[in-house]
Amino acid sequence: MKAGFLALPLIALPFVLNDFWLTQIATRALILGITALSLSFLATYLGVVSFAQITLAGIAGYTIAYFGPNTVGVGIKLPFWVSIPAALLFSVTAGALIGYIARRSRGIYAIMITLAIGVAFFYFTRQNYAVFNGWTGFSGITAPVVAGTSLRDPSTLYFLSLATAAIAVVLVSLFARAPLGLAIQAVRDAPSRVMALGIPVTTPVVAAFAFSGLIAGGGGILNVWYQERISSFSVGLGPIIDVLIIAVIGGLRHPLGAFLGAIVFVLLDTFAVDLIDRDRFNTLIGMVLLIIVMVAPNGLQQLAADAVAKLRAKEHQSGKSARIKTNT
Amino acid sequence: MKRLKIAATALAIGAVVAPAQAEDIKIGVISILEGAFASLGQDGIRGAELAVKEAGGVVDGQSIDVITMSSDASPDSAVNAARKLIEQDNVDILVGPLSGSEGIALRDLSKSYPDITFINGSSAAQDTTLRDSSENFFRFGGDGAQWMVGVGQYAYEEMGYKSVAVVAEDYSFPYTQVLGFMSEYCSAGGRVPEKFWTPIGNKDYSSVVYSIPDDVDAIFVALGGADAVNFLTQYDQAGGDKPIIGGSITIDSSILESKGPFKNLLIGAPAGTPTVSDYEGDEWIAFTALYNEAYPDGFSAPSIFAHHYYMGAKAAMLALDEVDGSLDDGQQAFRAALTDLEFVTPTGGTMRLDENRNGIIDNFVTEVYEREDGSLGTRVVKVVRDVNQVLGQDPEIFLASGPVSRDNPSCP
Repeated sequence: MKAGFLALPLIALPFVLNDFWLTQIATRALILGITALSLSFLATYLGVVSFAQITLAGIAGYTIAYFGPNTVGVGIKLPFWVSIPAALLFSVTAGALIGYIARRSRGIYAIMITLAIGVAFFYFTRQNYAVFNGWTGFSGITAPVVAGTSLRDPSTLYFLSLATAAIAVVLVSLFARAPLGLAIQAVRDAPSRVMALGIPVTTPVVAAFAFSGLIAGGGGILNVWYQERISSFSVGLGPIIDVLIIAVIGGLRHPLGAFLGAIVFVLLDTFAVDLIDRDRFNTLIGMVLLIIVMVAPNGLQQLAADAVAKLRAKEHQSGKSARIKTNT
Repeated sequence: MKRLKIAATALAIGAVVAPAQAEDIKIGVISILEGAFASLGQDGIRGAELAVKEAGGVVDGQSIDVITMSSDASPDSAVNAARKLIEQDNVDILVGPLSGSEGIALRDLSKSYPDITFINGSSAAQDTTLRDSSENFFRFGGDGAQWMVGVGQYAYEEMGYKSVAVVAEDYSFPYTQVLGFMSEYCSAGGRVPEKFWTPIGNKDYSSVVYSIPDDVDAIFVALGGADAVNFLTQYDQAGGDKPIIGGSITIDSSILESKGPFKNLLIGAPAGTPTVSDYEGDEWIAFTALYNEAYPDGFSAPSIFAHHYYMGAKAAMLALDEVDGSLDDGQQAFRAALTDLEFVTPTGGTMRLDENRNGIIDNFVTEVYEREDGSLGTRVVKVVRDVNQVLGQDPEIFLASGPVSRDNPSCP
C-alpha cells in the first residue's frame, strides 16, 4: 500500500516531465541516490563511513568504458552481456578487498583508510594510460541498444535507474534482516561479544563491503551510460564528497534517505546558479546544506517521517474525538 | 458586450502572437566560475558579453539573451552545464568551454544536439577539431600547438639553443603545447633528449630538477600557475642556471610579479601566446579600451580568456547579422555564414576557419624583459600571421604522425 503510493507517481513521471527534468534531474538523482545508498548502508548497518564508494562505482564505470564502445581507442570491445556482469564482479571484488583492508578499523580510522584508497585510485586513473587513459579518460561511450531502443533513451534510462534503485532498496532491507545482515549489525554494536561467540568478525565486514560494492557498481554502470563518459574527474574528491553530502542530508537511517538527499542535491546543484548571483551560488548550496543538517540532524528522511507521524497522530486524535461525539 | 468579446479575443490572439514576434535569440555561455579558475573564467564571460554589447544586444530586431552557466574544469560538469542550457533554458547557440578536456567533451556532446551550434570558448585541445570533428562545433581560435608557433624557430635560430629538455604537466593541453614547440624546433635542427611529465598540482620537483641533463642549452617549461612557480623556485634553489622557454600559460602575471629568486632565469625567456595584454597594435588598444569601459572592475587588460570568448561570441553575432537573425532550418544558413566568416581580430589579423572549423590565427613570440624599476614585463619579439592547425605542414603528413601523447612527437 505504502509502496504503491510511492511507486505510482514515480512510474508516471516520464509521461509528465520533459526530457530535461526526467534525465538531468530525476534520473541523475536516482543514480546518485544508488551510490549514496551503498554508503548509507555501510554507515547504518556496519557503522563505518566509507569514502571509497565512488571508487567502487568508478571501477564498474571504467569496466563498462574499457570493454564497451568508446571514441578514445583504448580497451577491448565486448558485448554488453559480458561487460555488465564483469563490471559488477569487479566492483564487488574491489568492495571485498577494501573491506578486508579496513576490517579492523572503525570511526575516523575507517574514514582515513577508505579516503586514502579513494584518493589513490583517483591519482592512479589520472596517471595510468594503458587501462584508464589518464587525464582524458574515456569519452563517446554509448549505452547498449536492446531490442531497438538505446538504454540511454530518456525514459528507458529513467525506468532502468528506477528499477535498479528499487532493487537496491529491497536488497538492503532483505540483507539487513538476513542472518548475515544481523551478524553485521552485531559486529557494529559489540564486536568483542561476536568474537566471544566464536563468529569471525572478518567475514561479515568483508561481506558488507562486497554487498555495498554491488550497489555502488550498479550506480556506476548507470552513471557512465548517463554521462556517456568517464575520467579521473568522475572519481575525484568532488564526487566523493558529493555522495557523502547526499547520504548525510538524506538521512542514514532509512534506505530511502539517500534518494531524498540526492533529489535535493541535484536540484540545488542545477538551479542555484539561476537563483543567485553567479559568483555566489556555491555559498547558497553550502548554506542550504548547513541549514538541513541543523534543522534535521537525522536527515530529511527522518524529518519527513516525523511530519507524517505527527499528521497521523492528529488524524487519529480527531477521528477519536469524532467517534466520541457520535457516541454521546 | 459584443465589443468586449472582440476586445478579449483580440487580446487573446495578441497574447498568443506577441511572444512569437519578440522571440529572443538565446546564447548560453559556459565558463569556470568556481575553484582556482573562477576569476579567469569570469573574464571569459566578460569577453562573450562584450561582443553582444558591442552589437547593441540586438540582431535584426531580435534581442540577444546571454545565459551563463558554470563548470568546474571537469568534462562531466561542462556536459551537465551544456545539457541544462540546451534542455532547460532552450539556448540556440552555446559559447564555451574554458579548458581542454571540457572542449573534447562538448565536441562529443554536440553530436547529440545537431540543432544547436557550439562555438568554442578558450579550450585548446588539438583533437577537439582536428580528429573526429563535429559538424556543429566551431572554434574561432587556435589550439595549444598553434599557440607555440614561432617559438621553436626563435629558440633555435635567434637564441642558439641546440638541445632543450621539456618539463610539462601530464595532460592533453601541455602535450599539444609541446607538439607545437617541438615540430618547429626539431625540423629546425634542435634536439629534445629528455621530457619530464609531472602531475598537475605537483609540489616537489626535486627528482626532475636533478635529472635535467647537463648538456642541454635550455628548458622548455610548460607548467601553469603555482606549478611553474614551484618548479622555478626549486630549480633556482638547486643552483640551476639553464635559460627558460615558456609555454602559453607559463609566463603570466603571477610569475612575473612573484618575488621569487628565479627572476634572473626568466629575463630573456621566449614564450608563445595568442594574447599579449599590453600589445601595441591599434586593434588591441581599441579592444582594451572597449573592455575597460564596459568592465571598470575587470582586469587592467583583457586576458586570453576574455579575448577568446569575445572572438567566439563575436563570430556568432556577425553570422547572426548575416542571416538576419534567422535560425530556421536547423541553423543551416547560420552555420554556413559562420563557416565563411572573416573578421578582423583584436590582434589585427584576419580570423577565418579551416575545413575542420578551426581558426587560422595570429600568434606572438614574446620575451621577458626587465623594466627600469626592476620589475618584469613581456614584449613582443615576433608576430606570426595565418597559423593554421597543421602548422603549415601537409595535412596528411601532419595527421599521419598520430595524436599527441607523452611520446609523440619525439626527437632525442
